[in-house]
Amino acid sequence: MKSSRIILITLEIVTPLLLILAYALWAGPRGDFFFPSLDKILSTFWHDWLGGLVATDIVPSLYRTLAGFALAAVLAIALGIVLGLSRRARIATAPLVEFFRALPPPALLPLTILVLGVGDTAKIMLIALVCVFPILLNTIAGVAGLDPTLRDTARVYHISRADVLFRIIIPAALPAIFAGLRTSLSLAVIMMVISEFVAATNGIGFSIWQAKRLFDIPSMWAGIILLGIVGYTLNMILVGIESIVLRWHRGARAAAR
Amino acid sequence: MSAQTLTEKPANSIVPDRLLPWVGSAAFILAVEIFARSGFISQQFFPAPSTMAITLVGQFASPRFWIAVWNTLWTWALSLAIAAVLGIAFGIVMGASKYLYAALRLIVEFLRPIPSVALIPAVILVIGVNFESKIFLAAFAAFWPVLIQTIYGMHDVEPVALDTARSFGIGPAQRLIRVAVPLALPFIATGIRVGSAVALIIVVTMEIVVGIPGLGELILVARQGANVEVAYALILASGLLGWGLNTLFALLEEKLLFWHPSFRKTAP
Amino acid sequence: MLRVESLSKSFGPVTAIGDITAEFPEGKFTCIVGPSGCGKTTLLKCLAGLLTPSGGQVLLDNEKVVKPPRKMALVFQDYSRSLFPWMTVRDNVAFPLRGRKSMHDAAKSQTVEKALRSVGLADAMDRYPWQLSGGMQQRTSIARAIAYQPQILLMDEPFASVDAQTRADLEDLMLAIKRDYGMTIVFVTHDIDESVYLGDRIVVLGSSPTTVKEVLEVGLSESRDQVSTKAHPEFLRLRGHVFNEIMHRTPTA
Repeated sequence: MKSSRIILITLEIVTPLLLILAYALWAGPRGDFFFPSLDKILSTFWHDWLGGLVATDIVPSLYRTLAGFALAAVLAIALGIVLGLSRRARIATAPLVEFFRALPPPALLPLTILVLGVGDTAKIMLIALVCVFPILLNTIAGVAGLDPTLRDTARVYHISRADVLFRIIIPAALPAIFAGLRTSLSLAVIMMVISEFVAATNGIGFSIWQAKRLFDIPSMWAGIILLGIVGYTLNMILVGIESIVLRWHRGARAAAR
Repeated sequence: MSAQTLTEKPANSIVPDRLLPWVGSAAFILAVEIFARSGFISQQFFPAPSTMAITLVGQFASPRFWIAVWNTLWTWALSLAIAAVLGIAFGIVMGASKYLYAALRLIVEFLRPIPSVALIPAVILVIGVNFESKIFLAAFAAFWPVLIQTIYGMHDVEPVALDTARSFGIGPAQRLIRVAVPLALPFIATGIRVGSAVALIIVVTMEIVVGIPGLGELILVARQGANVEVAYALILASGLLGWGLNTLFALLEEKLLFWHPSFRKTAP
Repeated sequence: MLRVESLSKSFGPVTAIGDITAEFPEGKFTCIVGPSGCGKTTLLKCLAGLLTPSGGQVLLDNEKVVKPPRKMALVFQDYSRSLFPWMTVRDNVAFPLRGRKSMHDAAKSQTVEKALRSVGLADAMDRYPWQLSGGMQQRTSIARAIAYQPQILLMDEPFASVDAQTRADLEDLMLAIKRDYGMTIVFVTHDIDESVYLGDRIVVLGSSPTTVKEVLEVGLSESRDQVSTKAHPEFLRLRGHVFNEIMHRTPTA
């Protein structure tokens, strides 16, 4: 049905553009203090944020986020495999893991400020601590949820223990692990932002908060848009990696439907 | 040595499975207690769990604590309710109409991964430091998972089910309400569960970052007073709160959705 | 030789197998057939060492089987769940050979390719299992078992999930394997025709609590085909006999 496809594609492209245009038309002539015109926002975005602030703000923020995330991923995947393999260890630690997962991460922020301070290390440790739990839980589920038929196959054919771990258990658990990584990445960004709002001397969050305090509203909005782009891009990169590593998984799932 | 598979019960050990979670948790807490009291890290920075527990119980006696908990709870509940109603409504409509879905898809895909906390400064600026800004942002944040999961649930509905309904002469509106929506319910339930966690995070964040009344604000005050023990106790309290809400949702889901063939599904 | 003595298996209050004594002579194709739910798969898993019997024992060359023996391979009923989706067909078949120190890499690849060719998958070696049809996936599973070079091949209702035409092709494939490789084959099926068509012997099981109702020798010629064998009077006699044994559930004396 060619005409309906054309309509659909047009709708997809045109509607967002219309919305942006609508904002520009609404905000432009108003001279509203809180909602400045689009060109003001875009010009601060271009000049300040993508100019000098890249080094002083964007890089530190990215560094903290990615360092904390990577640290959490390594720890959580390793621990998750160990716990996933032992049914009894899983049962024994279940209530604890559930409790820490349910704890709202921002609650930890004042504590880490008190105990660890306001430096980069403190932020990275906070982000890592928060990010461990979704990855851990998903890794455990992925490892423990190995299809019993695959397990029996490995036993019948006397697959070596190393091969069982690296060529069966881990590949089978990867889809679940990636789901945990995606959740954790968005948590990492959230924790980076709020720790920079409250206790930082540089970073995207810090600069947005500064802009607000100094009533530089276009800069504030530009920073928020930048944060959105950063969050979106990081997520896209992870999704991209996932689709390459898990090429087989999409195919297998599609075939199973 | 005997051959064992997952289909068999393991041999009995010292601690039966039923008690294992309790024993495990108790062992962990005991280990932390000993570690904390050993002086390895000053008790100023990391008090023993027993101290945390006692401080927490002390908090229970203060009305200020319960007022704060109430403030957190009702703002969370209201924002989740708003997010759920709007998310499900938009989700059903977008899921059912391919034109609307096409029109709004890119916007949703772009707005989804944006950290809602980024909007805190703007929201404070425009709405102010009050309950309304908490509720607005938390509802905004929780709206997205509900929306996404509802759309996915609507798209996942078995065409066979709808065709069967159509062959019985059931009209499009009835097909929507009586076939599509019930089949999408597990996804909607997951969306609400995720939205609930998100809403709680936003509510607590705004309390901590800006000082809007609630449990998070109490933690902020404890930090400003360098009251480490109270801070830990309140964090325990917030953990218990989050855990209680999670358990509540899990129970509700079980009760309401036991009939669905694939109980508990999620969108990728 | 593989045999079971007074085997029984219960899962809690449910008795899957009551009392089974049977033997599976070397080099022979023995089919196990019985009504639904009579514990055929449980029996096979006990034979394979994947399950521990509740009573009695499984003996291989007079040694008790307590875990999967090295010279045994198993083809599972659910092929989609026993093949690894992140490996190609070739890698799936080669995987069990990774630990085999007695073979050089070149010998391993040769074995793998020979196995895949004999099941008719020479063109599909570099594809993924989920890209193939059900019948081809089961062929992959069989190729994997053959490449492993077992002395005993166990098969758990391997053709239950494929359509009738594919099943006919796969049955003929099993006859070719029987002819070319000469290994002991224990073949579990619910399809009575299949059991007579393929087997040298048939072990007929009764319903729960399962025991051996009868063991039959199949006196058909070694060269069989789908059309003429299945019209042969001896085939029809055997088939009818097994059918009555199973379907009418007459109590054994």
